[in-house]
Amino acid sequence: MQLPKLPVGEAVEMLVDGIEEYFGWLLDGASEGLRYLVGGFEDILLSVPAPALILLASALVWFVTRRDIRLAGLTALGLLLIWNLELWDLAMLTLALVSISTMLALAISIPVGIAAAGSEPLNAALRPALDLMQTMPSFVYLIPAVIFFGLGSVPGIIATVVFAMPPALRLTNLGIRQVPRELIEVADAFGTTPRQKLFKVQLPVALPTIMAGVNQCIMLALSMTVIASMIGAAGLGYQVLVGIQRVDIGMGFEAGLAIVIIAIILDRITQNLVPQHENR
Amino acid sequence: MKLEGSVIFEKLSREDSTSLQPIVSVKGLTKVFGQDPGKALVLHRSGCSKQEIHEETGETLALNNVSFEVMPGEIFVLMGLSGSGKSTLLRCINRLIEPTEGEILIDGEDVVGMSQKELRATRRRRLGMIFQNFALLPHRTVLDNVVFGLEVLGIPEAERCQKGEEVLRMVGLDGYGASMPSHLSGGMKQRVGLARALTSDPDILLMDEAFSALDPLIRRDMQDELLEIQQRLCKTIIFVTHDLDEALKLGDRIALMKDGVIVQIGTPEEILTNPENAYVERFVADVDLTRVLSASDVMRRPEPVAQCTAGPRVALHLMEEHDIAGIFVVTRQRLLRGRVTLDDAAGAVREGTSMKDILITDLPVVAPDATLSDIISLITKSPYPVAVVDDTGRLRGVISRGAILAALARKGEDAHAVA
Repeated sequence: MQLPKLPVGEAVEMLVDGIEEYFGWLLDGASEGLRYLVGGFEDILLSVPAPALILLASALVWFVTRRDIRLAGLTALGLLLIWNLELWDLAMLTLALVSISTMLALAISIPVGIAAAGSEPLNAALRPALDLMQTMPSFVYLIPAVIFFGLGSVPGIIATVVFAMPPALRLTNLGIRQVPRELIEVADAFGTTPRQKLFKVQLPVALPTIMAGVNQCIMLALSMTVIASMIGAAGLGYQVLVGIQRVDIGMGFEAGLAIVIIAIILDRITQNLVPQHENR
Repeated sequence: MKLEGSVIFEKLSREDSTSLQPIVSVKGLTKVFGQDPGKALVLHRSGCSKQEIHEETGETLALNNVSFEVMPGEIFVLMGLSGSGKSTLLRCINRLIEPTEGEILIDGEDVVGMSQKELRATRRRRLGMIFQNFALLPHRTVLDNVVFGLEVLGIPEAERCQKGEEVLRMVGLDGYGASMPSHLSGGMKQRVGLARALTSDPDILLMDEAFSALDPLIRRDMQDELLEIQQRLCKTIIFVTHDLDEALKLGDRIALMKDGVIVQIGTPEEILTNPENAYVERFVADVDLTRVLSASDVMRRPEPVAQCTAGPRVALHLMEEHDIAGIFVVTRQRLLRGRVTLDDAAGAVREGTSMKDILITDLPVVAPDATLSDIISLITKSPYPVAVVDDTGRLRGVISRGAILAALARKGEDAHAVA
């Protein structure tokens, strides 16, 4: 006797078809908006001459690392290398995609993380969802992303958001829960409203942890660029993909190196954005 | 002796004149920690003990039908060992912990029945709180910590900064407004905590083991300062401590707690001389004896000290300047090396010998927790004052004969005045 196979796959297909049928107009709108956003951001980045942008990026690193001249110099060298390899335009497109994805992911994960820190039921409900998002192979949700948004940058952004969101959400949740009890008592004892407590005590004290989440979010978004390029997201990731397909080691390596350089620069900037304050 | 009596008389008459209107009045306050306080309450009413209730329901009876009144301008001390419920009781007054049953009246208004909005207004305007581990906001400067209460009230920035600077001056932290809390010492942090509670000018201060985390010497300074501030501003203070000496020093009245019950309420004199039961008696039994006071309670700062790298001329100059007959010699890390007397130093300067030749190393030395009785036997055998040295070898304080006599006399007066 054999148990019939449960129709899990069929159910998901039906769900996806249903969403496509009834919410297609909404998805198309969102898709259009995102495309516009990415295009605009890319245009802005490309309208600045490369040397000026390199100088600007180095100055930013110098400023946020509190005058670390070595790191600023390495930033300039790295970006000059990208420019020299003639990958500048692709790098800017990747930067635009990663920026938009990260902003979207943070816009969802930080408020939801704050809510989850204050609500046990929400926290319990979110946990399996986050596990699913983090461990489900990202190729699997590329398929519905394509069905909903077609090929191109937009489904890439959506897949990236799904993949990059969980750590930011988890660390926001954790950071707020780890605010020392005595500091919460201070807020209460001085008669704060819940809103004042959140903005004057909980968020600032949790900020270093939240920023670690933001940093992770950016890193994961960058790591998705190659996978997203499989569904037509352009940029450095696509270059790597082409390199793989043509077994062109040099081409793949150059584009990969450019991704690493961007990753390191973004990492150093976000890690130093907030000064670490010693507790107590 | 006559003087002492009249002080007490004044204190009593002050309380009498205001006794009609307690500012805080707690009636039948009970707190049960756990899932189902109702069940524990039923058991409690049927006369079960804390232990029995815990075994039966798993609930903890933290406060058991507590009642007391605090008069305006009074320092009321809640004292007890850890787990006696004193901190829970304090937190019920501003409802950081929700009472299970009972009434808490502040100027006749019941805090327990207040809506969130009314409670917030009461916390902002009337209740200031000071915490054991300072609880300063680590991301804010000292000044921004101090004006936190005013910020919550929505006072404009210029005004609150002015008020903040004013209060910082009062607690002796003038010029530290821009520092971060992590750069301050423990004593300074608690000054910030005190300033923060005073800035919004509440009439009641709730102090939870406020000085327990501080060094003994700093703690005594802070106690003196609190008494001075209290006299000037006439705040009502409810002060939680586990330290009997602190309670006796600060309290106009003391409530001694055990297992969530107030065992006795009274002035320090009453508690010392008329302990209501065996527990209180045991608690205060040793108070007048040299056995309870430790070296750290009676020691003074070892100032000045001479560095061992300095010559006899420097030591001589220091002693002459401070008009003392001997001086401790320490390393840069304050490790005790010995002692030099005025005569020896003068001789060394005349004959050109070095510090090492005149250094006396055979000194009476005790640990900070040595009792007074040990110290007395040491000090009678030695012509020099006793050095207090911690377990790392650092010089922490010095005890002269005079300091011991003064400490004993102080204790003696307390007991004498009533007897």
